[in-house]
Order: sequence, then C-alpha cells, then structure tokens
Amino acid sequence: MLKVENLDVWFGDLPERVHAVRQASFSVAAGESFGLVGESGSGKSTILRAITGLAGGWSGRIEVAGEAVSGRHRSRAFHKTVQMVFQDPYASLHPRHSVDRVLSETLHLQGMDQIDARITRLLDSVGLGRGFRFRYPHQLSGGQRQRVAIARALAAEPRLLLLDEPTSALDVSVQAEILNLLSDLRKDRGLTFVMVSHDLAVVAHMCDRLAVMRGGEVVEQMAAPVLRSGQAHSAYARDLLAASSSYRRESA
Amino acid sequence: MTELTTRAWLLSDAPQTRRQAKLGALYQGWLTFRANKLAMFGLVILILLVLMAIFAPWLSPQSPFAQNLADRLKPPSAAHWLGTDALGRDILSRLIHGSRITLFIVGTVALIAPVIGLFIGTVAGFAGGWVDQVLMRITDIFLAFPKLILALAFVAALGPGIGNAVLALAITSWPPYARLARAETLTIRHADYIAAARLQGAGPLRLLIGHVWPLCISSLIVRVALDMAGIILSAAGLGFLGLGAQPPMPEWGAMISDGRTYILDFWWVAAVPGMAIFIVSLAFNLLGDGLRDVLDPKGAKE
Repeated sequence: MLKVENLDVWFGDLPERVHAVRQASFSVAAGESFGLVGESGSGKSTILRAITGLAGGWSGRIEVAGEAVSGRHRSRAFHKTVQMVFQDPYASLHPRHSVDRVLSETLHLQGMDQIDARITRLLDSVGLGRGFRFRYPHQLSGGQRQRVAIARALAAEPRLLLLDEPTSALDVSVQAEILNLLSDLRKDRGLTFVMVSHDLAVVAHMCDRLAVMRGGEVVEQMAAPVLRSGQAHSAYARDLLAASSSYRRESA
Repeated sequence: MTELTTRAWLLSDAPQTRRQAKLGALYQGWLTFRANKLAMFGLVILILLVLMAIFAPWLSPQSPFAQNLADRLKPPSAAHWLGTDALGRDILSRLIHGSRITLFIVGTVALIAPVIGLFIGTVAGFAGGWVDQVLMRITDIFLAFPKLILALAFVAALGPGIGNAVLALAITSWPPYARLARAETLTIRHADYIAAARLQGAGPLRLLIGHVWPLCISSLIVRVALDMAGIILSAAGLGFLGLGAQPPMPEWGAMISDGRTYILDFWWVAAVPGMAIFIVSLAFNLLGDGLRDVLDPKGAKE
C-alpha cells in the first residue's frame, strides 16, 4: 500500500539546511496498521508531510498504492487514496467554517454526489449527531473537533489514513474514545493506518508493526508483540521503552 | 413570548439549518456589539448621517446654493439656525447637503482601497517568493510618499474635482491594508486547516478566496472603520486646498476653507462644518472600536 525507500527530507536552503529525515525506508501492507515512534524532532511527522507533499524538499522514493509520487504536487487520485488527520484539532479546522461547510467543500472537491446524504452519514460514522452539522469549531470540544477532522479525512473514502499524533492534544478520557473510533473505522472500512505517536502505549494498542526513529533515522522495525514484551534489539529502542515504562510507573 | 423563542432559536447550540447557524452567528456578534455603549453611540450618529443624506432635500430649510448678499455672514438665528456664509447661503442647508458628499467620499474610498489592499496583500503573502517581493516593494514605494502630498500630485495630474479626489485618496490609502492582509496571510498560510484543504485537492484560488480571505476581512473591516476618520479629514484637506469639491458644492472641507478668511470675526462659518467633520470622524472611530470587539479574531472570546 505504502512504500518508502531511502527517504531524505530537508527544510530550507544551504548552508542553513536542516536535515529532518535521513535514509528512511519502510513499507506498509494493505490493511496493516503501522506505527512510527520516537522523541519529538525525530522526523516522524515530517515523513507523513513528505508523503502528502506538504514538506519542503525530499529525495528517495515514495510509492502509494503502487504509484510513485514526485515533488510536491499530488494527483487527484492520490487525494482520493490518501488522507491525513492532524495532531491539533484546534488548528486543523478553519475557525470561520461550520462543520457543514468543511464537509460539503471536501465532498465537492472530491467530486462526490449526494452531498447532503453523505454528510449525515459521515457525521453518524464518527459518532456525531446531526445536531453538530451546523456548528462552528468554537462550539465544539477538542474530541468533537477531532471527530470532525476524522470525518473530513474519511469523506474521500480513502484507503490509507495517515494519523499524525491524533490524540496527543486531547485529554486522556477523550483519547481512548478517539482511538476506539479509529479502530472501529479501520475494521469497518478495511483502512490502512500509518500512525505517528510518541506514546508507546497507544502504538502498542493500535498498531501491528512499528518503526522506531531517532534523529531522522529509522533505528529499528519490530512487530507490536515485541514492543509489548520489551525485547527490542537496538539499545536506543530499549532505552525508549525503559524510559516510557519507568515514567508510567512513577506517574501511577 | 415569541421574542423569547426567537432569541432561543438564534442562540441555539445545535442549529438545524445553515440559515439558523448564520443568523445565530450574526446575532451573537450583535449582542457583543450592543454591549459596547460608545460603539452604539457611534452607530446611532452614523445612521442619523445616512438618513440625513437620504432625506437632504426635505430636511434642509433652504437651497444650499441660494445666495442672498443682503444676509451675508449672519450669526445663528431663528431664520438661519447655523448662520449664513460669505455669500448669504444657509449653512445648515449646506451642511445637510454636504453629508451626501461626505458619505460618497467615505463610501467610495472604503470600497476601493481595502479591496486593492486585500488582493495585493493576500496574493503576496500566499504566493511568497518573487511575487511577494515585487508586490511588497511596490507597496513600499507608495508608503514612502506622504499620503496627502501623493494625493495632491494625483489630483493635480488628473484635474481638480470630487471624483478625482476620491480616486487619489483610494490610490494612496491601500498600502497599509496590503501590509495588514499580508501579515495575516503569513500567519494563516501554514496552518493545518490550509494543509488539510490542500490535501483534499483545493487549488490556490479556492484557498485564497474561500479560506484566507474570510480570516483577513474582519481585521480589514476594523481597520477601515478606524481609518474612516482619516479619510474624511484627507478629503476635507483636499477640499480645503481647493483640489477636492469645486464651488459651489457644499463639501465640508471646502466650507471650512471658505470660512477661513473670516475666522476671527465670524467664527461659525468655519466652526460649524468643522464640528460636523469632528462628530462624524469620532462616530467612525467609536464604531471601529466596537467592530474590533466583535470581529477581531485575536480578541475573540474563549
């Protein structure tokens, strides 16, 4: 479904170029849920932005559904196949657009018909009632906003959903709701997930496989059971696991 | 009873239709605006000004152009409430008719300048690169001239007259709007909601008009309302210098200019139109302050 080979991503021009990702390679099979974990600044979100054409310069090879993409331009077919949910639901919804406007514009752009009926169905599928349809973002809570953002991403009926820390801006009880919603949607629609997170517990719960990143490089790839049993190969991945588990014990 | 239910309908947290949501948002804004007493005062004055302009021929006791040299420079009295000028014309009538000219100037400049500014500023901010450089250097060139001097030069080149004065004012007052719009655009263009719209395949034109403009317009409206006073004063200044409205048009700035010669002995000839300019400018400033409370996203509640 998604194949990334020798991906390098950088921002700015020489001599002040910042190299955010170096030689990252991984692939995600259709229907799989893949996690990208690492500290902040390790380049995990940048990979998602490079895939969607939102990041600066990149080199290497990115293949989505068997088609290579190039530069920053993406085709209509790409937008129909790949969608993204952003980290901060307070920043990812236009403050002057109602939920109705957001969804109808998206459906219109994606060339869908029966827009009215589809909006109702989308809202139902993310657990928001019809009463939310004509609200503005400032009338919604963080969790409700993220549901709207998920509905927007699902409007095009994509096969690959990129999740950029979809719950890190939400408080814990709402996190669980959103994660369950995402799991259910994946099951119902046979979606492929690529999920970026710094929360190992979330990734262990949501993903089949994951890659650990550090300083822009992929340090190790492992299956989720390995993560849960704490048997990582590389020293850094073990440190990361130890750090997050000791944090958990202290905070408990 | 019905009033209560209308209110509840407007303030509903879960609007049922697009229209209800729009009207509800408007009503919320109106409530915020109404809470500002001074802004309401400004609004009332401006509504009175508009009514005065619309009904000028019926409101004015005499013709603004009728001369009567026997009655020249008379102080305020029962026959001439605000006195007469050097040609014996009734100042009140001239003032009332002059409100039409003032509104014409303010309205036209307020329609032209912010639109030019919005367009240039958002295109520059959104496109970036050399487009930004070129457009902003042009803006800088306009900003480097003193506004009134540049307007004077335009009027001198185009010929005196109220239409050319308005045009000159519009041409010289757009650069601040362009800068404001560009600054707003720069903060917006990397926002996640723009990225999200891009991911749905939205083109640059749709992003600019549908997503960037709505966020820039509110701060522009506030700025325009606050600048109105300056525009009225610039128009009055051009009139005063003889480059705006031509005699016998009852433009307020030109009226002050006429009264200048007699200002020590017959103060009302210059003071009355001066007061009118003062009151209207103040009203626009108060209105602008109130609008800022309602529209400026940075001062928004929550």
